[in-house]
Amino acid sequence: MSLALELVWSRPDFQLAATCEFPDSGISALFGRSGVGKTTLLRCIAGLERAPRGSVRFNGDLWQDEHHFMPPHQRPVGYVFQESSLFAHLDARGNLEYGLRRVPVARRRISFDQAVQLMGLESLLARRTGELSGGQRQRVAIARALLTSPQLLLLDEPLSSLDLPSRAEILPHLERLHDELSIPIVYVSHEISEVMRIADHIALLESGSVRAAGPIHDLLTRPDLPLAHLEEAGSIFEGIIAQHDERYHLSYVSVAGGKLAISQRAAPIGQRVRVRIDARDVSLALEPAEHSSITNILPGRVIDVTEDRDPAQRLVRVDVGGCPLLSRITLRSVAQLGIAPGIELYAQVKSVALME
Amino acid sequence: MSAGFYSPDDLVALWISLKLASTTAVLLLLLCTPLAWWLAMTRSRLRVLGEAMTALPLVLPPTVLGFYLLLFLGPHGWGGRLMLRLGMQPLAFSFGGLVVGSMLYSLPFVIQPLQGAFQGVGVRALEVAATLRASPLDRFFTVAVPLARRGFITGSVLAFAHTLGEFGVVLMLGGNIPGRTQTASIAIFNHVEAFDYAAAQRLSATLLLACFALLLLVYGANRRAGAIAAHP
Repeated sequence: MSLALELVWSRPDFQLAATCEFPDSGISALFGRSGVGKTTLLRCIAGLERAPRGSVRFNGDLWQDEHHFMPPHQRPVGYVFQESSLFAHLDARGNLEYGLRRVPVARRRISFDQAVQLMGLESLLARRTGELSGGQRQRVAIARALLTSPQLLLLDEPLSSLDLPSRAEILPHLERLHDELSIPIVYVSHEISEVMRIADHIALLESGSVRAAGPIHDLLTRPDLPLAHLEEAGSIFEGIIAQHDERYHLSYVSVAGGKLAISQRAAPIGQRVRVRIDARDVSLALEPAEHSSITNILPGRVIDVTEDRDPAQRLVRVDVGGCPLLSRITLRSVAQLGIAPGIELYAQVKSVALME
Repeated sequence: MSAGFYSPDDLVALWISLKLASTTAVLLLLLCTPLAWWLAMTRSRLRVLGEAMTALPLVLPPTVLGFYLLLFLGPHGWGGRLMLRLGMQPLAFSFGGLVVGSMLYSLPFVIQPLQGAFQGVGVRALEVAATLRASPLDRFFTVAVPLARRGFITGSVLAFAHTLGEFGVVLMLGGNIPGRTQTASIAIFNHVEAFDYAAAQRLSATLLLACFALLLLVYGANRRAGAIAAHP
């Protein structure tokens, strides 16, 4: 565990009492509704706020406790703010170089060209900030943060101020960041679809405290947490592109517990991908259906059956090759099929979304 | 413009005005930058007091300001006695006294544009700079100052122009000593008193043109700075 927080802050309008640890790799989502203190927590990590009590530790270094407070400019973090925060008196290149120039050459781990290429900024360097679109500005802001060679990257809802096309433009860059740099990222978000797409780990924040934290597969499907009961609840599977079927225009993704067919992709065999399966798209059968239009069928064993928001429905968690798969079916089906923990059955997956 | 256009005394008076205005503007920028920064950033309750005190010269009659300064800086005032004890001449009736008086008199004209400009920079830009490894002083010079450029331009030119036109404080505190404390604006008054309207006209027109040119400069510079600021 690389980042450990223990923060207590009471204000008339707001209570924070958060204890949490974040792993030293991958993207950790700090997820919760607006106003639960996600941004405050992130600002405490960066040293932009000082919670009166508690501690922040990173890789054995003490950043804050009762007696010490390391100011933000001494913390090896990169921070990307919610809205565009480029310096108006500098052009794109000047913004990128601002942080870079303040890091000693020996400590630089990312070169200017590397950051520019990673965020696709080659053609934008000479532009004034006013000539950039919202998405472009946010890409410059991310590259600017990267150029300080941070040991921890903090992103505060970097997409929330952008329209849908701009978001779609940035997400692939964030994923490349994840794949190509080994910097742990803490990503604040209130959009579950964003989190499902890029996060490896979730800390669930509710009214100023961390309700639960853990690997995304577990937290999305835990029936005692609200994530599994969202309308768009579902499960995430990591897999690799195993095979292409030219005749039926399909690609096969092999995941723990079986193979899933998706519409054909131009991805190379062996590429790592993440697929999302919505709970409402999974039906359960005791026998493998032979005369059915459903192609994707995964064998599994029921972990538990829990009540859902709608009394007519039940949430069934199925262990598929060691990964939890969430299925939302009617109470009637649960009763008729006798679905109970321990039962072996077949999960029929109506639709699989490749996350890219 | 012929060499005899201004009388030698008028030339000296113009020179004193110019020297006074530039000295005042430079010293005020040095003094007001930290003060305006504090006023712009502090959440302390003392801010209200600071704002009221620095705005006082705006509403105070210049003769009132000059009178109190004369009492304070004269040989019998605290300031004057302190200077005497330190082996220096009291500041009243000297160029140094004029500088002190002008600084007080023109203070709000530098503080207010600077404070407004620093407030316009906002906390966010400084936070961004902090996360990009800039120390507080570094942030101030590389982010706050360039973003508050308009305030610096406006403040320094207003301080200069306002000092150039100052009359009451200078008259009270300087005592109208030709060659030492007689500025152009006082020389104009003397010419009018002596019914030398032509000489008064020459000096007045000079000051009018100088002030107008300066203001053109400010608005021109601000327009360019504004064109940049409008597209953050």
